[in-house]
Amino acid sequence: MIPNLLAWLLRAIQFGTIIMFGSMGEILTEKSGNLNLGVPGIMYLGSFAGFASAYLYENHAENPVPFLCVVIALLCGFLASALGGLIYSFLTITLRANQNVTGLALTTFGMGVANFFGGYLLKGEVYTAAPVSNAAFSAKIPFLSDHLGLFGDAVFSYGFLAYTAILLAILLHVFLNKTRTGLNLRAVGENPATADAAGINVTKYKYLATVIGAGISGIGGLYYVLDYNNGIWATTGQVEALGWLAVALVIFTTWYPLNAIWGAYLFGMLYWLYNFLPKLIGITNIDRTSSLWQMIPYIVTILVLVGVSLRRKRESQPPASLGLAYFREER
Amino acid sequence: MEDAIRLVGITKTFGEIRANRDISLTIRRGEILSLLGENGSGKTTLMNILSGIYFPDAGQVFVGGREVTIASPKDAFDLGIGMIHQHFKLVDVFTAAENIILGLPGERRGRLDMKAVEEKVRRICDRYGFDIEPDQKVYEMTVSQKQTLEIVKVLYRGADILILDEPTAVLTPQETEKLFAVMREMKKDGRAVVIITHKLHEVLSVSDRVSILRKGEYIGTVDTKDATELSLTEMMVGKKVTLDIERPEPENRVKRIEVKNLNVMGPEGVPVLKDISFEAYGGEILGIAGISGCGQKELLEAVAGLTIPMAGSSVEYFPPDADKPEQLVGRSPREIKDMGVHLSFVPEDRLGMGLVASMGMADNMMLKSYEKGSSFFIEKKAPRELAEAVKDELAVVTPSVGYPVRRLSGGNVQKVLVGREIAAAPSVLMTAYAVRGLDIGTSYQIYHLLNEQKKKGVAVIYVGEDLDVLIDLCDRILVLCAGQVTGIVDGREATKEGIGLLMTKIARTDDGHRHLGHADTTETTEGGAAHE
Ligand SMILES: Nc1ncnc2c1ncn2[C@@H]1O[C@H](COP(=O)(O)OP(=O)(O)O)[C@@H](O)[C@H]1O
Ligand SMILES: [Mg+2]
Repeated sequence: MIPNLLAWLLRAIQFGTIIMFGSMGEILTEKSGNLNLGVPGIMYLGSFAGFASAYLYENHAENPVPFLCVVIALLCGFLASALGGLIYSFLTITLRANQNVTGLALTTFGMGVANFFGGYLLKGEVYTAAPVSNAAFSAKIPFLSDHLGLFGDAVFSYGFLAYTAILLAILLHVFLNKTRTGLNLRAVGENPATADAAGINVTKYKYLATVIGAGISGIGGLYYVLDYNNGIWATTGQVEALGWLAVALVIFTTWYPLNAIWGAYLFGMLYWLYNFLPKLIGITNIDRTSSLWQMIPYIVTILVLVGVSLRRKRESQPPASLGLAYFREER
Repeated sequence: MEDAIRLVGITKTFGEIRANRDISLTIRRGEILSLLGENGSGKTTLMNILSGIYFPDAGQVFVGGREVTIASPKDAFDLGIGMIHQHFKLVDVFTAAENIILGLPGERRGRLDMKAVEEKVRRICDRYGFDIEPDQKVYEMTVSQKQTLEIVKVLYRGADILILDEPTAVLTPQETEKLFAVMREMKKDGRAVVIITHKLHEVLSVSDRVSILRKGEYIGTVDTKDATELSLTEMMVGKKVTLDIERPEPENRVKRIEVKNLNVMGPEGVPVLKDISFEAYGGEILGIAGISGCGQKELLEAVAGLTIPMAGSSVEYFPPDADKPEQLVGRSPREIKDMGVHLSFVPEDRLGMGLVASMGMADNMMLKSYEKGSSFFIEKKAPRELAEAVKDELAVVTPSVGYPVRRLSGGNVQKVLVGREIAAAPSVLMTAYAVRGLDIGTSYQIYHLLNEQKKKGVAVIYVGEDLDVLIDLCDRILVLCAGQVTGIVDGREATKEGIGLLMTKIARTDDGHRHLGHADTTETTEGGAAHE
């Protein structure tokens, strides 16, 4: 019973970390009024660039240094996903293309790029691995993780990115709510004409939020391969589903980064429900219904949406100009 | 007096529309300048050029004698120019203080020091007697509070050239007076103030000079002391005009609407309408006067079936083609409309209600009448003709009836809104704030149209803000105060003072025999039921 629960929790927190990065990036993006539906594609770019750079470094260096693995992977993963955000920004902000269409195209593009170039790494195999980087990314916190019993197992046995995610959520919260720049950013997403008239450089804010947001989302994809998936790059399309979950999580949090922390873990629990709950309550043979179980996070998101709309609390609504292009002389 | 701003040869075009043509104009310190012109004459465009929203195609701007380039709103602040826009520029989910400091660099880098901000806001409020709670959310504010917030916002930025674009369009007379007092204070402080308003009596009472635009061109500037309503109107429209509202004698007066003991509960559980009783007749215009928010909107909505009155309320409609009345309470808005009872409400935010901003006039006409079409495919011809008719009749300034409504100037948007309802040929026509924000010429066209409806035997109910107009236009005037009828007076005998008193309940102490909430529907005060 207890070991099973613990295993479930561990899995849920790791899983939650992936989509927490994804949705924090998207929260930042959406706060600027850009609805970037390219999150799955961006997470693909992050995971591929992170994995590929770490893999190449590992295989070409005599003695790969774990620390360098981490730095190189993070840098490449962030930059590649940020590039995805830059493409999106250029199309939607500068050229004022439709945001939904652009986002969906970016998703397809990111998947295509990752799978195409991923093929070169796979060299015909079904999967390939970067063990040194994986070890570096998933290293548990020494001492604390094995001297505190169950508590240590539950709290201190994740790779450093899991803690970074929590820290980032707090930082993002402080940034959005306690700084002038955050206030300005929220104004851009709520009402760009007002922000513009107040002297805020709307274009700059939108670009920066979207590019940095994409970079953060991409880290989620990177965490997925190099930690959660044990450093294995495979031919399956798992990242896409994670990307959509991250988008759903944004709605679930009602755009509050702090909600992303527990929300992500809750999503993780729900996502892995099919594997653990039946065992816990003694049901066997769930194979045929596992897809039904995996729907639960999405159903919860829909329920939250319904709840939020019913409550009509102004602060829980999406940024008012989400999805709309802005042009100063247009009215 | 020192020149604050000098504009030389400003030209601005939007596609094929030339909004400003070679305009030269001077704004001085320690002075209030009125900018006057019909709807669509380019006033907002010209001021937006000063505030950095639009960039001119040609022309020069001098601030304090130095030629400047204003490429963004930020440049405008840096030059001390602050503008209060026609459509508020506020973030609804932010507090007053957050809106005020938006886009400003912080005192301490980065972090928000709300305490210090609120302190400075309070100081400004004290200086001018504003009443603003720094931590109140904008979506909880009334229009007048939002307006005040906009003013505090530009003052906070240290603006010494203030531009107010139609600030009084949505204010009550009392709120307007307060605003003018503030503007006079600013003038005393040596600031330059520009105000755009269509209400000529406001122009005459508050400004020192008046500059006039017509169809994007600069016509001239006159000293206010040498101007009259008539002379200004003539400069504005470019020809001789008469400023009289006609009031044809009612013919074939027949009862159309009888409201008895109408009670409506507001969302907060307080009654917004108490024991309202009155009658409206075909062939006459019934005016409704009152301080804004006294139940005018709720009254019309209750008749139109948009709100559900409390038990015991009765709204009877006497259709022209039947001899027994129909009870409207309990019917759907759609049924009521199909019976011929129409409501046209011009909201404070003109684009917010009733029009799809990105569609043209023709398509917006269709929105209202789509259910009439019998075929599956949309019929384009009828709405198009209707749109053309409204465009010609009300002289809507638009390149074509397919041109997006959002790009029209504010007043033109409204002509579309009102014209559409009038065009539906109802037997009871209720309009609220039909001339809100319209220039004199267009307002008169609207009065004329209402009179036409009256002559056709339509029962017109007109909720208005301008008492002078109500007195000139309406046959009878019903006065509302805090959700109750405080009197129904004859328009031909009414005085502004008399109505003003009824609007503020003072009438009750003056006039012992009239009891609040029990105003007899047939009772007309001064002069009796002269037209029964
Ligand atoms: N952003 C815009 N895009 C297209 N046309 C515009 C825009 N702004 C104003 N116009 C047009 O310019 C003309 C002048 O408008 P405006 O300055 O708003 O008039 P006013 O404020 O005097 O009523 C109108 O015909 C209007 O339709
Ligand atoms: Mg205007």
